[in-house]
Amino acid sequence: MARKAFVDEERCKECGLCITACPKSCISFSSKLNSKGFHPIEIDHEKCIGCGFCIDMCPDTAIELWEVAEA
Amino acid sequence: MEKKKLIRGRPDALNDKIMHYCPGCGHGIVHRIVAEVVDELGIKDRFVGIAPVGCSVFAYWYFNTDFHQAAHGRAPAVASGIKRARPELIVMSYQGDGDLAAIGTAEIVHAANRGENITVIFINNAIYGMTGGQMAPTTLIGQKSTTTPLGRDPRKAGFPIKISEMLAVLPGSRYIERTTVTSPKEVNKTKKAIKKAFELQMKGEGFTMVEVLSPCPTNWRLTPKDALKFVEEKMVEYYPLGVFKDEPVFND
Ligand SMILES: Cc1ncc(C[n+]2csc(CCOP(=O)(O)OP(=O)(O)O)c2C)c(N)n1
Ligand code: SF4
Ligand code: SF4
Ligand code: SF4
Repeated sequence: MARKAFVDEERCKECGLCITACPKSCISFSSKLNSKGFHPIEIDHEKCIGCGFCIDMCPDTAIELWEVAEA
Repeated sequence: MEKKKLIRGRPDALNDKIMHYCPGCGHGIVHRIVAEVVDELGIKDRFVGIAPVGCSVFAYWYFNTDFHQAAHGRAPAVASGIKRARPELIVMSYQGDGDLAAIGTAEIVHAANRGENITVIFINNAIYGMTGGQMAPTTLIGQKSTTTPLGRDPRKAGFPIKISEMLAVLPGSRYIERTTVTSPKEVNKTKKAIKKAFELQMKGEGFTMVEVLSPCPTNWRLTPKDALKFVEEKMVEYYPLGVFKDEPVFND
């Protein structure tokens, strides 16, 4: 079973600290807007290795790490 | 992709309120680190935080633990009182640099020198965040703030104060470390330091403090990413990371 990071878009403040920390460059800002007016991040699950570095850096506990069923 | 099992999410010691801090603020990172340590030590039901005056005045909104809030700079005195009255509690004084190193200098020095069995989390962001970016005692030489618009000039505004080094020479201090949160590696070092501080308090060993060099992107007028770079390149140069004291206070 693989591990993948998932964002809670409403919590994200578009600071980008997770993007700087991600060793796989699989996080980017989406074009969506959340209710606070931030562009939340999106995660490319193909590339994510589930290391959790993004969670270490996120000031807003906006990211969770889940075990997922392989598609 | 179907989610099966949560491996890591928000720690139990934090609630789900969205924090009022600016994007990329170090307070949010350190709150989460403290909460993770509280979870790991299983002390949520006997933990008391003291919030300061400063941006983190509302820390009590976010922790699923008991919390108090002290007048500006007085958190170590309040923490001392709580710990002496209820020694079974684990007590954290959480303070910014304006709070701890300016108006609260007397309280922190004497709490450390008395060897109070409390833990201080000292957020050094080299600025007064809450009030709009005035110079703090910890503002770097040459650093611009609203009260030093041309950069801090030590001939007019004195020198940045090294609190960890200062408190380490007091016979009452047990454990003092300076860390930062500029990368996952540094975040994990901060977590280890905070855990060690709480563990020493649980053993009754005396005053512990972790100083965390922490970004304030808003008042530094930097992006969150550049704010981390400022910590790495400028703050760490003046405020070296490491353990400044790790010695038993009482040898009996
Ligand atoms: C007795 C008193 N004096 C001054 C103030 C104004 N004041 C509020 S927060 C603050 C400084 C906060 O800076 P810091 O402790 O570095 O925390 P930060 O906001 O950067 O996290 C000051 C001077 C106050 N609230 N009470
Ligand atoms: S878990 Fe690791 S690889 Fe996946 S998004 Fe986060 S930092 Fe990137
Ligand atoms: S670190 Fe957190 S708040 Fe910042 S961009 Fe990433 S998910 Fe959003
Ligand atoms: S002003 Fe600075 S310290 Fe205060 S919440 Fe914003 S970034 Fe954080």
